[in-house]
Amino acid sequence: MDTKDLTAWIREFAGLVAQHKDELTALDSAIGDGDHGVNMDRGLTAVVAALEAEPPDSPSALFKKVGMTLISKVGGASGPLYGTAFLRMAAAADSVLDGAGFAKVLRSGLDGVVARGKAQPGDKTMVDALGPAVDALDAALASGAGTKAALQAAADAAEQGREATIPLVARKGRASYLGERSAGHPDPGATSVTLLMQAAASTLGS
Amino acid sequence: MKKLINDPATLIQDALHGIAAAHPQLRVDFENRVIVRGDAPVRGKVGLISGGGSGHEPLHGGFVGPGMLDAACAGEVFTSPVPDQMVAATQAVDGGAGVLHIVKNYTGDVMNFELAAEMVAADQGTEVVAVVIDDDVAVQDSLYTAGRRGVGATVLVEKIAGAAAEEGRPLAEVAEVARKVNTYARSMGLALTSCTVPAAGRPTFELPDDQMEVGIGIHGEPGRRRVPVAPANEIAEMLVSPILSDLDYTGGDGVIAFVNGMGATPLIELYLMFNEVTQLLAKNGIPVARSLVGPYITSLDMAGCSVTLLKADDELLRLWDAPVNTPALRRGV
Repeated sequence: MDTKDLTAWIREFAGLVAQHKDELTALDSAIGDGDHGVNMDRGLTAVVAALEAEPPDSPSALFKKVGMTLISKVGGASGPLYGTAFLRMAAAADSVLDGAGFAKVLRSGLDGVVARGKAQPGDKTMVDALGPAVDALDAALASGAGTKAALQAAADAAEQGREATIPLVARKGRASYLGERSAGHPDPGATSVTLLMQAAASTLGS
Repeated sequence: MKKLINDPATLIQDALHGIAAAHPQLRVDFENRVIVRGDAPVRGKVGLISGGGSGHEPLHGGFVGPGMLDAACAGEVFTSPVPDQMVAATQAVDGGAGVLHIVKNYTGDVMNFELAAEMVAADQGTEVVAVVIDDDVAVQDSLYTAGRRGVGATVLVEKIAGAAAEEGRPLAEVAEVARKVNTYARSMGLALTSCTVPAAGRPTFELPDDQMEVGIGIHGEPGRRRVPVAPANEIAEMLVSPILSDLDYTGGDGVIAFVNGMGATPLIELYLMFNEVTQLLAKNGIPVARSLVGPYITSLDMAGCSVTLLKADDELLRLWDAPVNTPALRRGV
């Protein structure tokens, strides 16, 4: 996968977030401050405009542009978390990525999210979808699956991880102030990560 | 929703124009949404910046001026500003002695200020120290949450650390003073009504007419419990006792007692509450050394109040008494 393919992934992610904006906001209204959908959509709209204005010439430049734009435009906690993920991915990306290369890049992104947010698995955060997705991608590639199939396995794992956040009590972010009352709702960040992985499965690999 | 606005989307920008028009001694960077002291950067003085979501006015922009903040970043309503704003503020106030970031303990605020400090370090090499304020005793299980929230103590930190910076003290000492205020201050708040975020258009939470929320956060975060509305003397007890059981206030030089309005509560009620608070403190043998009463860290149009008690010593009282000249706090000038 090259810069063009990866740009298509980001554009697809932006499209999915725009499509699910109200759903993300409703989830965030239940246990957070009700702005995840609006903030992510504002950030990704700016990302798409920035990529069109000045198409990046490498995966690294692409991820850096995405990360910087999200940091500048999203605000809240998702801006720094997604932004840091993409900046770490930029640092880890080669000029052309195969499945294993993409898995390495994605794991760097996960490491960035963990470093920035200090969340552990089970804290009811985006880590609970991104962690299983990265692990599933590695496992599928190691068992000899093609890139497309491996990305689908990753997207499925993200969705399962998101579902698994429903009964959890939040330990990070604004939802944590609710204590037990945060249980019974999926985490909005894990939900947007699921969209990111679905976009990867539908646009990347052949 | 009845509000004095044109459009929720232009609220922050419209209000910043009002601040610029009302206070020509301040500079407003409309692009970055940063309010800056007019004579910044002050050569040789540590710069103090803060910032956060809008809707808590006069915090933080109303506290920009000699003796307090050098700049304040305004985010969207109840949403942290982004690092670009904090970088712009840091650059605007860097007088060569370093810059202190005063950060309220909310996940978004902490991460955005962290990123800003990294960006400043990579770009200009300005020395930045961040102090995180977390004084809200309503958050009990801080191991399993994002930790105690930054509330009323933020106002006291900005005043007292601002005075230390004005004295020409170095960054490490100004940061130490700020941490000391945070260490010795505790707060507890109460809501009689919800606030309404303009973009949402409806109350953030439902609170029946005969109920109040004890331990409310400044964004309408849930408190410790919901109880029937009570007389002010009982409310004062509900706010003061969790503070006194969290920190030993005896044996110092008394307290700086701060009764804060949440936005929609009239001053007459805040003074009545202040009287109740001082009586409770007297009962506990704690003298009130200084006082602050008024809406200084608000939650839009929420009705209610919070109590902040800072255990004082000579140094803190001297810095508290130092001159300050900002839109919202002005004395000795």
